[in-house]
Amino acid sequence: MKNKLSGLVDGSSLRAFAMIAVLAVIWGYFHWATGQIFLTPRNLSNLMTQMSVTGIIAVGMLMLIVSANIDLSVGSVLGLAGGIAAYTLTNLGYPIPVAIGLALLAGIAIGVFQGVLTAKAGIPAFIVTLGGLLAWRGAVKWQLGGNTVPIADETFKMIGQGNIPAWVGWVLAGIAVAFIIARAESSQRALKEYGLGEGNIAAALAKSLIPIGAILIFIWVMNSYQGVPVPVLIFVGVALIGSFLMSSTTFGRYLYAIGGNAEAARLSGINNSRNVIAVYGILGALTGIAALIYTARVGSAAPDAGTLKELDAIAACVIGGASLMGGRGTVFGACLGALIMASLDNGMSLLNVRDFMQDIIKGSILVAAVGLDMMGRKQG
Amino acid sequence: MPLLEMREIVKEFPGVRALDGVSLTLDAGEFHALVGENGAGKSTLMKVLSGVYPAGSYEGEILIEGRPASFRGIRDSEAAGIAIIFQELSLVKELSVGENIFLGREPASLGIINWSELYHKATKLLTDLGLDIDPRVAAGNLGIGQQQLVEIAKALSQNARIVVLDEPTAALTESEVETLFGILDGLKKRGVGMIYISHKLDEVLRLSDRVTVLRDGRTVATHAAAGLTKNTIIAEMVGREVGDIFPVSKHELGETALEVRGITAFSTDRPDKKLVDGVSFKVRRGEVLGIAGLMGSGRSELLMSIFGAYAGKTTGSVLIAGRKANIREPMDAISRGIGFVTEDRKRYGLLLEQTILDNMTLAALQRISGRFITHREREAAAATLPIATLRIKATSPMAIAGTLSGGNQQKVVLGKWLLTEPKVLFLDEPTRGIDVGAKQEIYAEINTLAKAGLAIVLVSSELPEVLGLADRVIVLHEGAVRGEFTREEATPEKVMAAATGV
Repeated sequence: MKNKLSGLVDGSSLRAFAMIAVLAVIWGYFHWATGQIFLTPRNLSNLMTQMSVTGIIAVGMLMLIVSANIDLSVGSVLGLAGGIAAYTLTNLGYPIPVAIGLALLAGIAIGVFQGVLTAKAGIPAFIVTLGGLLAWRGAVKWQLGGNTVPIADETFKMIGQGNIPAWVGWVLAGIAVAFIIARAESSQRALKEYGLGEGNIAAALAKSLIPIGAILIFIWVMNSYQGVPVPVLIFVGVALIGSFLMSSTTFGRYLYAIGGNAEAARLSGINNSRNVIAVYGILGALTGIAALIYTARVGSAAPDAGTLKELDAIAACVIGGASLMGGRGTVFGACLGALIMASLDNGMSLLNVRDFMQDIIKGSILVAAVGLDMMGRKQG
Repeated sequence: MPLLEMREIVKEFPGVRALDGVSLTLDAGEFHALVGENGAGKSTLMKVLSGVYPAGSYEGEILIEGRPASFRGIRDSEAAGIAIIFQELSLVKELSVGENIFLGREPASLGIINWSELYHKATKLLTDLGLDIDPRVAAGNLGIGQQQLVEIAKALSQNARIVVLDEPTAALTESEVETLFGILDGLKKRGVGMIYISHKLDEVLRLSDRVTVLRDGRTVATHAAAGLTKNTIIAEMVGREVGDIFPVSKHELGETALEVRGITAFSTDRPDKKLVDGVSFKVRRGEVLGIAGLMGSGRSELLMSIFGAYAGKTTGSVLIAGRKANIREPMDAISRGIGFVTEDRKRYGLLLEQTILDNMTLAALQRISGRFITHREREAAAATLPIATLRIKATSPMAIAGTLSGGNQQKVVLGKWLLTEPKVLFLDEPTRGIDVGAKQEIYAEINTLAKAGLAIVLVSSELPEVLGLADRVIVLHEGAVRGEFTREEATPEKVMAAATGV
């Protein structure tokens, strides 16, 4: 008997394969053009570290975009939260947990505030967060008095600059592999239990070989340099949790429903405003985390930190197949989108492409990617 | 030679023959009323005439002063001197009255608008019609009735020879109606032919020279209005046998499942206007209560108000199984066992880009799938039964809802609400725009659900549907209950008379 849930993956996995193919082409080209520098453990480690700040924000942005909302203020909020952390550590001399707590709290509070203005007061998200983009940037400049605040604390800098030991990487990989196998097995067992098919555990395990292989290769490559960078570890954790929220919880399903047809969602008993406020809060928290990584990596908080990060995050989501009209997009796609954008940055820098040219190329690719995607959808 | 002649017009939609050989003639200076039940084909016929449905998409002929006409769009029909004033207002609210009247035809040279000429012409036009409206005022600042009159002025500014009015008085006050009738009288004297669609039979008889009755996409008769009575018209509008497609089924009635008292809903545009006016009713377990009424009589607003989903202000109380229920949001209604198959499935019912399964489990997701973590397998298992009993035809439960036929989409919405395990089920136009086969399946399901002890409230514009399924019918007219009939008492004539306020 045919597995009744088999249609589940077709459409989105096809586009995921297409994106992976695009990424492979980009990587292959850069590896060739840079004279075998691009695909070395050292550069891949840098690349992953560079993408983690954008990637973490993109995960939250994806959730927000799926609910047919948008946040243009994340770059400014990143600057403000980073400024708060640096100021708390350096100027006030408080311990690290306080700095981390305050930075996260600032992100969450701003997110919830903007969410309330959008979902309860009915001010369009674009306007609320455009105002936020200006206001929160002003707040950072005010707080830092226009100066860059350095951070001396080496422990704090580990958040952005540290690596985890090789053996810890392997242990985490082992846990991840065990988890994937357990899930494949339990889902097949559930199919059988609910009378939806025989359940084919062998086939399911065979399918799991791809993610398992990817995990093992990833850890091996990272360990060949200095071990998995801490920002990358945090990013992967955020992406896994975000992906789980969107695909396997009622919260995620409600976001897709709200973005797909807000009126139908409300009539089906969903509390639209509460869910939208929650997702703004989540994006705020993730922006706080990204701010900590960014500040720790740079080793200081500057008044202009995070400028234009919102556009990187939105671009990553859109390249990854999200629709700004809401209802469509995946966390996995957004992460691939962030990786593609970061690869272009990294590769072009290695090739010494002038920065204005980089901007022109990135902008063109963004528009072309979405244009091709729309054409593909129209043809069905 | 008639000004306009439409011959044997046939218009088909997938699965439905909306017009089945309709003929109509209109003379210069004639006032011709077009009447029929909702869905009889009046609007479709006018869309054929105006080119909304372009030539080639229908069969039959349109002759204007004896010459065949084929319109590819509204622009063509306008050029031929046909002006249609649709029920929905099409003024741009932010623009001034004058700008609206000359929209797309502004007096201009080299693309620069001659404002003084525009407002001069607009003023003259409005005064000629006896309208005291400043053309510089933004259209949105006028009352609905005045906007309607501006719309008519706009149509006349194009020197129309044929004017079609679709329910023009629905939003007008008494004095505005008189102004309108004065204008129409003037047009008649100028030799303009008018087609007037209305449910208000008093108006029809007062103004018309001739009356054409449509039913089920066919012309029943065209009469000279002199000597015609309302009862004759009503009999012809409804004169159809309620066929076998409604299996008469005797329902066992239990205790009262839902009672509403004095439900009143105020218009969102005009906070002083009541769209629903003090409606009270009871529905018992196992009973099908039909709510009949013409379009705009407040049927959907009534259900929306009870369900906590109406956008404007509402008052009144709701009792479920004898206990007062405070329903402020749809989730309150759902948790108390009310399900609501809303009208217009694409707008209110479905997530068109998502799967059948996503749609069907949405309203009961936490109970079916898990409070926080979802389980696809549980959802698929829960949906298997309604997919089978409702005979939803799709390649898999993971098919995208937007790709299904109308009938299957409607069944998905019905399935969604059945999965909430309701005790009271509201059905608002459950068979609108679906084919006959799917209709019969939904009728059978309604009877099955009633037998299983659900209390069902059915709103439908199709009178035979209400009469064929309901144990009891209440009739709304302008937001208030104007009649209540048992299955035995309810005849099409009585219900239609109550619905038209006779």
